[in-house]
Amino acid sequence: MKFVTDIKNTRQEEKKQPTKVYDTKDLNLWYGNTHALKNVNFPIYEKEVTAIIGPSGCGKSTFLKTLNRMVELVPSVHTSGTIEYRGENILDPNFMVEDLRTKVGMVFQKPNPFPKSIYDNIAYGPRIHGIKDRKILDDIVESSLRGAAIWNEVKDRLKENAYGMSGGQQQRLCIARALAIEPDVILMDEPTSALDPKSTLKVEELIQELKKDFSIVIVTHNMQQAARISDRTAFMLNGELIEYDYTDDIFQHPKDERTEDYITGRFG
Amino acid sequence: MVDNNKESTSTVRVKSMIEKNRQKQSFRSIGEKAVPNLLLGIAMISILTTIGIVFVLISETFEFFNRVSIVEFFTGTVLRPLSQDPKFGILPLINGTIISSVIAMVVAGPIGMMTAIYLSEYASDKARRVLKPVLELLAGIPTIVYGFFAFTFVTPFLRQFIPEMSATNILAPGLVMGVMIIPMIASLSEDAMNSVPNAMREGALALGSTKLEVTFKVIIPAAFSGIVAAFVLGISRAVGETMIVAIASGSSKNFTFDITQSMQTMTAYVVEVAGGDASRGSTIYYSLYAVAMTLFVFTLLMNILARYIARRFREEY
Repeated sequence: MKFVTDIKNTRQEEKKQPTKVYDTKDLNLWYGNTHALKNVNFPIYEKEVTAIIGPSGCGKSTFLKTLNRMVELVPSVHTSGTIEYRGENILDPNFMVEDLRTKVGMVFQKPNPFPKSIYDNIAYGPRIHGIKDRKILDDIVESSLRGAAIWNEVKDRLKENAYGMSGGQQQRLCIARALAIEPDVILMDEPTSALDPKSTLKVEELIQELKKDFSIVIVTHNMQQAARISDRTAFMLNGELIEYDYTDDIFQHPKDERTEDYITGRFG
Repeated sequence: MVDNNKESTSTVRVKSMIEKNRQKQSFRSIGEKAVPNLLLGIAMISILTTIGIVFVLISETFEFFNRVSIVEFFTGTVLRPLSQDPKFGILPLINGTIISSVIAMVVAGPIGMMTAIYLSEYASDKARRVLKPVLELLAGIPTIVYGFFAFTFVTPFLRQFIPEMSATNILAPGLVMGVMIIPMIASLSEDAMNSVPNAMREGALALGSTKLEVTFKVIIPAAFSGIVAAFVLGISRAVGETMIVAIASGSSKNFTFDITQSMQTMTAYVVEVAGGDASRGSTIYYSLYAVAMTLFVFTLLMNILARYIARRFREEY
């Protein structure tokens, strides 16, 4: 796994607008007749942490799941508009969704390791993508677990079932599982909402570490979390993207009244 | 003010009613104590019956082995109970049982499994809601109908391709038994696969798996113990199946591996002898028990094996 450490994102460099990983234009999404996303225009930048906040039902998880088309698992979903990932429209029906999901990893709200050993959980991704060599797999497992800051806790029990781990460890295992196929982007859907404060802190530290190599989009209920870990924050409400800016600006000088109401705790 | 009064009177009334009812407490506690004993007694009915049957099987089997040596019984390839010089070798029956069950599972295993995969992973909710009950309906057809079907339809059909096939043979009932078992394997395997949490599917899909990979590398391993249970029930059903083989496979006690020939299974032997004129106390009468005992041990061992396999390969979630 490549660890690019020489790029140090200072605030000045960020201002120059880094490369866009995703560019969402006029995205609309319906669940049946429910209009869940309304004219969303949302660029996502490389090697940044982008947080999406908003009250329940505002469409933030829906938007996240549209980025790797997992939203299609819900029957009767349909969309309009485009989402360009590295210049290609992923909403094009001819776009290979498996290719997209190989490059865009996802971590879910509740840890969902497979009912296999810790080793096999990590090796699952590389294996389905054709890596069979035992030595290479061993290396991938180790580096992914190290990347997810969990290697020291599990290195002596790689053969044990993943369900014997604590919730926080399971979630970091799921992050390691996503890292194992060296994705470009990692989507996180409230990754700490099922965890205790200590595990949450570990996952947050991990996200800081991961952003050196990956672009991260995180949906969170927790505004402090967004403020702590993200470079940019988007505020969504009723399926619309209300405001999107650098995290500091959003929290200190929100331009929209609704954003201000939400972050000051007046609703939501 | 008025509301408050109303409330307080109603509270008093409820309190006094509960107080009054609590005086019947002694009656209630008798019920509480008696019911578990009553239920235990009723539960014992089936347990005692089982114990009784096993006891009778064992004691009558002992009587049989007083007359016929146990070595001859388990190693003999000749079974002719009614001849002047009777021989009681059970191997032809074990052979017939195993061959018919293997044929049945060769049919039912793959077809049942593929049906389960379709229903659980690919079928829309609507299709599943229609197909599953229909499938389970198939399991409700009486086995005598299947037996008749094997004898009057499947065998004549197969004889068009295999002219030397005998009119009673083990292949036709084996195939039909397989068809009979498909719904059981499909339905139970589908239950096992369907109960794997959706979060597993999502996790695997999010790593770029295709649906087929999710099914074979995540869902089936996770549902493995349930699927093994389904297969074992299927095998038990095939081993214990009586009518189909009794009708369509005849009663030749051949020791052969030629599936176009007539063979007898353990169950069919019991039907033949019990339905014939085995007088009580004769050796042939006791042989029924020995065969039944063998059948019983057979299925018991299989269940133990299945439990072991299911536990060994279990993926807990």
